[in-house]
Amino acid sequence: MIDTIQDFFRDLAASAPHWNFVWIYDDHQMNRVLTGLWMTIKLSVFCLIFSVIIGIVGAWAQGAKSSLLRAAVAGYVQFFRNTPPLLQLLFFYFALGQFTPSYSPDGWLEVPLISSVGWAIISLSFFAGAFNIEIFRAGIEAVPHSTREAAESLGMTRLQTYTNVVLPLALRISLPSLSANLINLVKTTNQAYAIAVPELLYQSVAIWNDYPSAQNPTMLLLLVAYLGLVGILSLGMGSWEKKLRIPGYGA
Amino acid sequence: MTPWTPDQPLVSIRNVHKSYGDIEVLKGISLDVMKGQVICIIGPSGSGKSTLIRCINALNDIQSGSILVEGQEVHDPKLDKLALRRKVGMVFQQYNLFPHKTALQNVMMAPIKVLKENRAEVEARARDLLKKVRLEGKENHYPGELSGGQQQRVAIARSLAMRPDVMLFDEVTAALDPETVKEVLVTIKDLAADGMTCILVTHEMGFAREVSDHVYFTDKGVIVEHGAPADFFGNAQDPRTRAFLDQVL
Repeated sequence: MIDTIQDFFRDLAASAPHWNFVWIYDDHQMNRVLTGLWMTIKLSVFCLIFSVIIGIVGAWAQGAKSSLLRAAVAGYVQFFRNTPPLLQLLFFYFALGQFTPSYSPDGWLEVPLISSVGWAIISLSFFAGAFNIEIFRAGIEAVPHSTREAAESLGMTRLQTYTNVVLPLALRISLPSLSANLINLVKTTNQAYAIAVPELLYQSVAIWNDYPSAQNPTMLLLLVAYLGLVGILSLGMGSWEKKLRIPGYGA
Repeated sequence: MTPWTPDQPLVSIRNVHKSYGDIEVLKGISLDVMKGQVICIIGPSGSGKSTLIRCINALNDIQSGSILVEGQEVHDPKLDKLALRRKVGMVFQQYNLFPHKTALQNVMMAPIKVLKENRAEVEARARDLLKKVRLEGKENHYPGELSGGQQQRVAIARSLAMRPDVMLFDEVTAALDPETVKEVLVTIKDLAADGMTCILVTHEMGFAREVSDHVYFTDKGVIVEHGAPADFFGNAQDPRTRAFLDQVL
């Protein structure tokens, strides 16, 4: 079965020089695609998790008593929201990367403590986190003050009111915007290409540099792969939204 | 300070002043509520009734004067507000239920989270309370699936689940349609009959007359007149009180 498919594409490459699906019949290229895809998935998942944590903590800090903390969060949001993510990646990797310590596993090689993958995760998480803070803040502000007051008048502490009342409601309000931002984040992970993170785009370019005849099929693969990844994410977020829907609320 | 005993007022308000910016809303209010008493505060809109009642559980602060609940100064900065609010139940005009929780969960939340009580015991009590406010069978409905009157009764049960010593009702029927007003009033009447100390801000004159031990009429931040309901409604002395009663009765 697999052999027939591979033979078919080998023949196709011979007869149609622009349609060389090299990664179907060449194990080495297939491996590049799979490791690239896996890296993209890892980047996405880590950035997703960290950016949501940054969002929740940041939105909480925005309501803090300390004006210094509030100002710091506001500055962070402005900086990361108003500069291009590609520039942020380059800045983190090339500018900050110079000052991070390195270690030597064998006495010869100098390996930086934070790899390009590490910098990509840090940089993209901070980028998406800035938006998440604003998204969660909007959700928290949309919870009526009177609902919060009801919780307080039952003797709940600020933290109890937050975790049991404000956040569950704010999350439901924030979810559509959060989905949009996380989808954007997954798509933005391919900018890590610029700092040589071996993700899907990086590997794809490597493939078509080696096999120019494979450029069309590899681009097609990229589009389909991102459609699939983002599709899974948006389906997941959609069903989460549906699951959290409260009967009779907001209707 | 001598400890509070039940023969002293449960809530004692003395010369309370409260301003929002330059606008003085309460201009020296004093009243006492004994344990088991039901008092009604009536008066035109903007006379400070709701502000006053919200000061009793420290949702609002005051500029001067004193509010004692069971002998404790509510506006002492060192007071544990959370402990105070466990003793003082409050029901709001707009119910303010937790929309993401069912009726039963709404009632159970605070005893579990705040009082750290056993879940099974709390659930049994919550079911009893919902039965008491005549909502048997609605335990698993979300607030959005209940009528205004039903939501308000859930809110009353939610407050009662904390076993408060005094209940504050802030115009609890003002957002309801006339038919459902009655079911909420019946619930409050049951409570009063059980001996619960209640402070009500209300526009329901007939109800105030029937259920209360004492009626206070406020206007422009002061108590104009107060008395037992028969006296108050039948024989009001102050021209402002009479003008108001003429309008609403």
